[in-house]
Amino acid sequence: MAQSLEQTGSTPILSVTDLDLHYGAAHALKGVNLDMIRHQVTAFIGPSGCGKSTLLRCFNRMNDLVESARVDGSIRFNGENIYDLSTDVISLRRRIGMVFQQSNPFPKSIYENIVYGLRIAGVNDKATLDEAVERSLKSAAIWNEVKDRLNDSALGLSGGQAQRICIARAIAVNPEIILMDEPCSALDPISTLKIEELIEELKSKYTIVIVTHNMQQAARVSDVTAFFYLGELIEVGGTRKIFTNPDKKQTEDYITGRFG
Amino acid sequence: MKLFWKTGEPYVLATGAALAIILVMSLTLVGTVMTNGLGYFWPRALVKFELKDGSAVLGQITQEEKNPISGERRLQLKVGNRDVFGQDFRWIDEKGIAARTTPADAVLLERREHGNYFGMLKDVTAEGMALTAATPYEKLIQARTLVAGKMADTGKIKKQMSDLNHTAESLRLKIQKLDYSGKEKNAASISELSAVREKKMAEFTRLNEQATATLAEIGRITVQMTDAAGGSKDISLTEIVALQKPNSMSIFAKGAAYLERVRELLLDDPRESNTEGGLFPAIFGTVMMVLLMSIFSLPFGVVAAIYLREYAKDGLMTRMVRIAVNNLAGVPSIVYGVFGLGFFVYGVGGSIDSLFFPERLPTPTFGTGGILWSSLTLALLTVPVIIVATEESLASIPKGIREGSLALGATKFQTLTKILLPMATPGIMTGLILSMARAAGEVAPLMIVGVVKLAPTLPFDTNFPFFHMDRKFMHLGFHIYDVGFQSPNVEAAKPMVFVTTMLLLAIVVVASSTAIYLRNRMRSKYTTSTF
Repeated sequence: MAQSLEQTGSTPILSVTDLDLHYGAAHALKGVNLDMIRHQVTAFIGPSGCGKSTLLRCFNRMNDLVESARVDGSIRFNGENIYDLSTDVISLRRRIGMVFQQSNPFPKSIYENIVYGLRIAGVNDKATLDEAVERSLKSAAIWNEVKDRLNDSALGLSGGQAQRICIARAIAVNPEIILMDEPCSALDPISTLKIEELIEELKSKYTIVIVTHNMQQAARVSDVTAFFYLGELIEVGGTRKIFTNPDKKQTEDYITGRFG
Repeated sequence: MKLFWKTGEPYVLATGAALAIILVMSLTLVGTVMTNGLGYFWPRALVKFELKDGSAVLGQITQEEKNPISGERRLQLKVGNRDVFGQDFRWIDEKGIAARTTPADAVLLERREHGNYFGMLKDVTAEGMALTAATPYEKLIQARTLVAGKMADTGKIKKQMSDLNHTAESLRLKIQKLDYSGKEKNAASISELSAVREKKMAEFTRLNEQATATLAEIGRITVQMTDAAGGSKDISLTEIVALQKPNSMSIFAKGAAYLERVRELLLDDPRESNTEGGLFPAIFGTVMMVLLMSIFSLPFGVVAAIYLREYAKDGLMTRMVRIAVNNLAGVPSIVYGVFGLGFFVYGVGGSIDSLFFPERLPTPTFGTGGILWSSLTLALLTVPVIIVATEESLASIPKGIREGSLALGATKFQTLTKILLPMATPGIMTGLILSMARAAGEVAPLMIVGVVKLAPTLPFDTNFPFFHMDRKFMHLGFHIYDVGFQSPNVEAAKPMVFVTTMLLLAIVVVASSTAIYLRNRMRSKYTTSTF
């Protein structure tokens, strides 16, 4: 079936089968088949409007918020179809975290931002929350920068710090997968570098799916790269292979900058 | 020249000018009200004019103007002594004046009725009271201090009487109820209650006699006054509210008198069909009505806006509702008054009366205008403002914030209560400020649903259940209308119109400032950042 599976031989954590998505009359995803492997970084690349973000937002069913969206096909998360009627969307989103293009810290203190996911899940024990804050801020490599001002508003942070707070916030609820929707597109190069280093470290504990416009970034951080064009998955494979020796002409054209 | 127009500089200047004009207009408004209102309480000199025809006038100069035809000047005097002269004001021509003096011992008496008395104090007659002071004026002051304690006692007695009256009335209603539900079977309890009520009534009568006696005793102390025209008048001590000798007062004494009048204005009850005395019941009524209105309109408006913005499917129905809400804000307020009368007062109030207070009928309890119905009517009037403000502020919250919360596994409701509502609060407060200002100034609908010229009791007192929602109340806006247009002596009451307006403005400013302060505190807490 999917190429990445054959390459690594381990079981997929997410597997997309014959996925079609319509926004009203627009056909945004066309028959996508793709597997994502545990503890790997998968990068989605492609020109704007190719459906890569749409696919990412299918994984935690954020597309439910769009009234006109209609999904056919299946996405299996640990073997269970997340589009089944019986799926509990709330617990699904707790297990598949997401980081957005624009950092979106809540207008609360840094501490309250991090524990938000836990609090709404009903965790209110101070020790547990403290432990989660330290653990996730450390994992997001921002503990040293903010440990002395946890009670300050998160709105006072710089863009790069805010984005890492958002990553820490996603980590705090202990998800299995972290979805990242162009997490660095609004950041300066140094912040971008920090986030990329962070992705490298997070890989050992979480599975990461990242959408990016920046091909160097995809090449630097990902293990597997999937190239989308006009709603179709054109090619997927090991990052090194995609960037050095792609099978498809379209992929090569895009990577070498001939279009897109 | 072309470049000059291209830069947009003229338009910037035009916008600046427009802003300046608006600023000047609002400052002029506040300034006019303040200059007319603030000076009213300052003790003004009593000037005595000897006229060439041999007569004399004593009064305060209120206006001076030039006769546009002959070019001669004339003065308008407030001559007081309405009961003697029949009018408060008089115009005199400047050329008819022979002499102009400010007699140091001219006295101004503020009276309970008939306005002020200007004149000279001749003597004080006090039976059975040793007045040791030398001058009549000092005697008068001494007499007033001597009876001050008694006056305070009668005040206390009056309070007891009103409480007794309240108890007796509730007993009467209980008896009435028992009577209606079967005279024979309740005969025992009726006679028992009647006995209690008789006792209360006897106590009431006794207190009333006591108070009347005390007042009569004080009333026997009289002052003999003479006015400028030579007439004399005896004025009873109970009639006198305050006295001053404005011509011989130092600036500090005048300041003290001014402050005393301001205190009276803010804390005392009105006298002389509202043209004199204080405005406390009107201030209290206005504030309580606005607060009640907020209690009704804020939750309803916010909840309705949340449903419209967050839960309702965007379709024809939602759009219709939204248009209807926006149009509600533009309906003339008197229409709301009429609706309030028909729906709240007659409909809801009438039903409440027949369900809960049948023994009081045909005297209505809730079936007549009252503070509850007034607040509800105004809540209806202002709820569109709150809905629109809440919707706007919910809509202005970036999509990323909602998605961020939902992506962490929050439900829509959790996102709403924990993230969206706190962030929308400053906008909601803005809506509340606007609606409070609107409600405080609204008069027309209130005249139909519960405002009165003179309310004998406040809508809040120490008798259970403390808040009397069925009571009628006084309102500053209506007070302005009433004093300015309906009082027996409109000309004399005009300054009071400005004073009342100033108070109304002050209340709106205080309420709005409080809300703005709270809003800014929240805003600094919940502003969203863009990097």
